[in-house]
Amino acid sequence: MAVQDTSPSVGPMASLDRGQASVQSARPAAKPVRRLPVQKDWRAWALISAQIGILIGGLSLWEIGARAGWIDAFFWSQPSAIAQTMAIFFGSGDAWTDISFTFRSTIFGFLIGTTAGSLLGLSFWWSRNYAAIVQPYVICLESIPKLALAPLIILVFGIGLLSKVAVATALTLVVSTLTANAGVKALDPDGEKLFYSLGASRLQVFRKLVVPFCLPWIISVLRVNIGLALTGAIVGEFIASQHGLGRAILYAGQTYDIALVWVAVLVLSTLAMVMYATVSWVESMLRKGVRQ
Amino acid sequence: MSSLAPKLCVADVSMTFQTPTGAFHALAPITLSIPQGRFVSLIGPSGCGKTTIFNIIAGLLEPTGGRVLIDGIDATGTIGRVGYMLQKDLLLPWRTVLDNVILGMEIQHVPLRAARERALPLLHRYGLAGFEYLYPNALSGGMRQRAALLRTLLFDTDVILLDEPFGALDAQTKLRMQEWLLQLWSDFNKTVLFVTHDVEEAIYLSDEVHVMGTRPGRIIANIPVPLARPRIRGSVLTGEFLAIKERCLELLHLEGTASEQINEAA
Repeated sequence: MAVQDTSPSVGPMASLDRGQASVQSARPAAKPVRRLPVQKDWRAWALISAQIGILIGGLSLWEIGARAGWIDAFFWSQPSAIAQTMAIFFGSGDAWTDISFTFRSTIFGFLIGTTAGSLLGLSFWWSRNYAAIVQPYVICLESIPKLALAPLIILVFGIGLLSKVAVATALTLVVSTLTANAGVKALDPDGEKLFYSLGASRLQVFRKLVVPFCLPWIISVLRVNIGLALTGAIVGEFIASQHGLGRAILYAGQTYDIALVWVAVLVLSTLAMVMYATVSWVESMLRKGVRQ
Repeated sequence: MSSLAPKLCVADVSMTFQTPTGAFHALAPITLSIPQGRFVSLIGPSGCGKTTIFNIIAGLLEPTGGRVLIDGIDATGTIGRVGYMLQKDLLLPWRTVLDNVILGMEIQHVPLRAARERALPLLHRYGLAGFEYLYPNALSGGMRQRAALLRTLLFDTDVILLDEPFGALDAQTKLRMQEWLLQLWSDFNKTVLFVTHDVEEAIYLSDEVHVMGTRPGRIIANIPVPLARPRIRGSVLTGEFLAIKERCLELLHLEGTASEQINEAA
């Protein structure tokens, strides 16, 4: 009896011991001591000097490489030649004509495309039937690579400023339409209910609810559209133009004047940055008006 | 005699929605008659058509049958006759509290300056002093509801519909808002129709509680609340109050089991 009594009690005890042993063996011998990674922010002057340092270093390497023959200056040009070409470019009267031509077609295309597109997108609020009919066309237009139409646009609108404005408009219009329409779709039906319960007319709902509600959407597309309008203007100039930075780049490339290509690209980037800064400023002003 | 005529009358209003699976009877013919200055609550299980009734009274939904009368005049399907506070506060984030509150007046072409002059003292008196020029996102839930309610009041209609205005608030805030609402109600002498899930809230606030049933939505009982006004918090513990509460809960429970049986049968 005594033997029979002890044997079952040993069984579970033994298995328990084994269980504990396996738990202990699964635990690593010692946990590594780890602290929260902390990143120290550099001072502003340190960051800026690092950035300037990289720029100067890169340009110096380029110049030295070109002189030493590591880089083929025929294809890549070199900073000293670019500087000389820039002085010549700005010395001749063409620089400002080109800059103002590209600037104007970009701005007009941006303004027309953004305004018309936003209005078109907002207009879908007015009628569900109208929206259902027109929207597939807008989506089709979105999927067409608009730049492929650029030769056609140049044929229709001529080689002057108008055709560049048209290409820039074509690029910006559809994006603005879709974005404004996304705003309209995000509108809370209860918001409209509130307005109608207060006896509002359709026009009042549109002016006091739909437009202010969609404004952040429209603002968000401004910065994208600056880039698109600039692209449109340049491509328009690539195809056929008598002025503009795009034409200058194409001309310089065809005559192997690589330094001039770089100059025009530099001027273009400066132009783009100025426009970005302006749009960002307009954006912040509008946002201040919209909320907070 | 004219003062005894109902301010708001919902006469045999029914609503049927056409759905792909067939007709859905949201409301059986419902009749409500509410005298001027009364505070009336609707309670009932979710999906019993409380919000549908409100949408019909506010003119946002055309009923399949019946009429809505305000001061005895047919107001079925006309908007802007009653103040309607939806479940959400729906404050416009791009307007200050002051400009949110005057929205109704603005839509009714009250000049902005006059509207603001009317609204400012009310904001001060009803707990929104110091918040006038803030934007709604800076406000707590209770403050937002206050602003939404003041917007409804300043719309200046005799009848006000409140759809679960305190449903999303925490218990403490809810109690304070109830006191605040009773204060407003006695100051402005409005006729209030109030929807809630909270039986105690309904009884505490109201002169009458209508208990609704579902499938189709209908009124199964009209329980008067004869408690004296002004009411105090302690009255929710009196025998009279508890008796009414028990009756309401019993009706809701019966309704719940009945609709379950229907569901099982179907």
